[in-house]
Amino acid sequence: MARSFRLPDLGEGIHEGEVIAVHIKVGDAVKEGDIILEVETDKATVEIPSPYTGTVAQILVKPGDLIKVAGVMIIFDGGEKASVEPETLAGTPLVDSGKRVPDVPEISAMQPDAGPIPASPATRRLAREMGVDLRGITPSGPAGLITAEDVRSHAIKEPASAHPKRLPPEDASESRPLPTIVSPLPDFSRYGPVKRIALRSIRRATAKQMALSWSQIPHVSSQDAIDITQLEAFRNKHKAAIQGKGGRLTLTVFALKAAATALKAYPNFNASLDVEAGEIVIKDYFNIGVAVDTQDGLIVPVVRNVDRKSLTDLAIELNETVQRTRDRKTSLEDIRGGTFTITNAGTMGGGFFTPIINYPEVAILGMGHAAWQPVVIENNPGLREIVPRLMMPVVLCIDHRVLDGSDAIRFLKMINASLQDPEELLMTMV
Amino acid sequence: MVMGELTQEAEVIVIGAGPGGYAAAFRAADLGMDVTMVDLSERPGGVCLFRGCIPSKTYLYISELIHNARRAESMGVFFGPPRIDLNVLRSWKNQVVDKLAEGLMALNNKRGIQLIQGRVEFEGSNKVRLHEADVSHITFKHAILACGSHPVPFPGALRQKSSRVMTSTEALELIDIPENLLVIGGGYVGLELGSVYAALGSKVTVAELGDGLLTGVDPDLIKVLERHLRELFHAIYLNTQVLDFKETPNSVEVQFKGEADPAYQQFDRVLVAAGRKPNSSGLGLEAAGVAVDVKGYIQVDEQQRTSNAHIFAVGDITGGMMLAHKAMREGKIAAEVIAGKPSAFDARAIPAVVYTDPQIAWCGLTEVEALRRNIPTEIRRFPWKASGRASTMGIEDGMTKMIISPDTQRILGVGIVGRDTEGLISEAVLAIEMGALVQDLALSIHPHPTLSETEGEVAEIFMGSATHVLSSRPH
Repeated sequence: MARSFRLPDLGEGIHEGEVIAVHIKVGDAVKEGDIILEVETDKATVEIPSPYTGTVAQILVKPGDLIKVAGVMIIFDGGEKASVEPETLAGTPLVDSGKRVPDVPEISAMQPDAGPIPASPATRRLAREMGVDLRGITPSGPAGLITAEDVRSHAIKEPASAHPKRLPPEDASESRPLPTIVSPLPDFSRYGPVKRIALRSIRRATAKQMALSWSQIPHVSSQDAIDITQLEAFRNKHKAAIQGKGGRLTLTVFALKAAATALKAYPNFNASLDVEAGEIVIKDYFNIGVAVDTQDGLIVPVVRNVDRKSLTDLAIELNETVQRTRDRKTSLEDIRGGTFTITNAGTMGGGFFTPIINYPEVAILGMGHAAWQPVVIENNPGLREIVPRLMMPVVLCIDHRVLDGSDAIRFLKMINASLQDPEELLMTMV
Repeated sequence: MVMGELTQEAEVIVIGAGPGGYAAAFRAADLGMDVTMVDLSERPGGVCLFRGCIPSKTYLYISELIHNARRAESMGVFFGPPRIDLNVLRSWKNQVVDKLAEGLMALNNKRGIQLIQGRVEFEGSNKVRLHEADVSHITFKHAILACGSHPVPFPGALRQKSSRVMTSTEALELIDIPENLLVIGGGYVGLELGSVYAALGSKVTVAELGDGLLTGVDPDLIKVLERHLRELFHAIYLNTQVLDFKETPNSVEVQFKGEADPAYQQFDRVLVAAGRKPNSSGLGLEAAGVAVDVKGYIQVDEQQRTSNAHIFAVGDITGGMMLAHKAMREGKIAAEVIAGKPSAFDARAIPAVVYTDPQIAWCGLTEVEALRRNIPTEIRRFPWKASGRASTMGIEDGMTKMIISPDTQRILGVGIVGRDTEGLISEAVLAIEMGALVQDLALSIHPHPTLSETEGEVAEIFMGSATHVLSSRPH
């Protein structure tokens, strides 16, 4: 009896994964629980154990394949039934959710080298009429088939590209609207040699997430420079002691605490916008994502309950989290559930920049490289002098649907006050 | 009438009135455009109607009748040897052609398309000169080039009416039934016309330069056909070159190099069917700013646009598969693009049919092409021995094969060899164009007993359980 093994439900909102490694080959005897595949979803790698004991009859996936949840990956021959209901090849089987699923692997439209994108001639014509590129559409049909409905709903979702392609008018003097469609790419190879790299893994997830954030959130940024001379002295004083406990007392650790404090004071920053319900969702927990640059790209692990942890705890936990992230050991759980994000470009020497809000959060704090600057300070009224101070550029980006520029200035002032004076931070921090 | 310098204007000029041209002109007229079509002939239809598909298929149908009458003997019905009256045969062919040409003429006129007989030469990017016509010049906004192709003559052969050396054009005239006919070229034209002459009683010899018949077609399909053709024909020489031939008053003396034995042989007639070339010279394409490649084909984009944005080209003159139905689709696309519609040639399964006995038909990806392009496939074959309908017709030598994507279980291509494949292939075309999965075909009920069942059953083989074939790995 043959049994097909489908990509199981890997978590809320996960619809597809990329096969990273296949640990078995056809003919292998596999025991229930043996790790047979590694699949990357969003930015986390999941090891998939075999649900059956039996012989591998057919492997329908290979590393690099994108596969949708419930897509058939492996077909087993014989053996004992395990914890999952056996599914015959010819039947119409059920998955855990009780939903009927097609008995075929579902491959994403983005899979390269899969030949033309499956869609009927009429659907293809409709896509041309609506100015929609088939490659960008999420298919709803079996094994990645794009239906006419998919084209229509895509065009509604992305109205900017939903204009039919028109020929230029015969008479060039005729006025015409500025085209808003994403025009097809030119043939780059006409101008010199090119190489194409598949958009995969983290790059793919980042592209998707950032395009979503940028297209959905009206961003406003507010910038400031924080005098961290005192904070840096404080940090240097305690660095060694924290290091002894296995932590790293970085500026980000202080920023985490300062941000949690400001988020408590201004709860609308610790929120998400539910457009459909017409509501702002305010979260009563303070989980802050920290952007980590790995060799494979950007990953944002989340530090949970920042408000309830001491600076020492945070220094230890953040250090451990960053290490784990760089080693690409983060689980899906590690990167979910954030309410706010901090991205520190300063460690790499970056100055002012405008980060993109990590959707569905409503704000992000960017930190730049602190540098000694000549600063004018007024010690006594009328007495001004120029002194060298260690200045750190910061930028706060907000979702203008939920927050206003004035909110941003207030929030940033509070961050500024906390980081300028460690005493202030100690007094106010939550 | 005085031949003045009469200049006309046209919104769209269609040059060539073969299937590509008339499909383009008809579509453009239906879209409300003012269309003028120019052709060397008086009536629309082109090579396909007058010197190609239609006359050859008329004769091939008769060949099939002759074969059927002979096969009926083993089933207990005796018609006796056929008596062939070439005059009636030719006039029957002419009736068929005339009827279709008159039909096209009526369709053309009722659409208000002006059809001019003459030869076109571009004088610029918006103007053509007409030779041997009542109108001297036409200025136009858009042009669609549908000038077709012509048979490649044998190097050095004299093209004269009385010659014993023919191209497909002369062969279709059916001047006589030669006792011995040599066909140079094992492509579909050579095999189809060779089959006609063999059915009418000629001893047909085929000489092919390459190592197989029907270059580009999957060898497993050809194998079945070749088995039949080797019975029907006197000889098939592969890897054989015709070095020279000499026409004498009563025969053609041919010198072979290759498998042919003996190397010198005499034939009553020779048919040269060694491919076709585009009719792109003499048109003044340079003056129009229309670029051609080294072989003379006009390069077009998927909107059928040439290097000159308001001049389009369709059909044989653009290369690729030289098929009337492909040209017709391209013609419609060119007309629609001119009308501002977002049309594009995006066909995924262009069907092709070779009208031999048995026929070969295929569409989409072939096994040969998949190997060449290193595309992963799974291939399943259904032998017609297991088809009830094939048994009732006594045509069990056939096969239906399906080329499948292992990743998606989507149908990529279908190839069929056997009787009546011309009618079977369209199901596969629709399946591929619709992005059907193998299972879709397996689950669609096919009437029993029909040859179309072979397409359902080859899909069932892939799914693991076909009714009329024992599975090697039952599920």
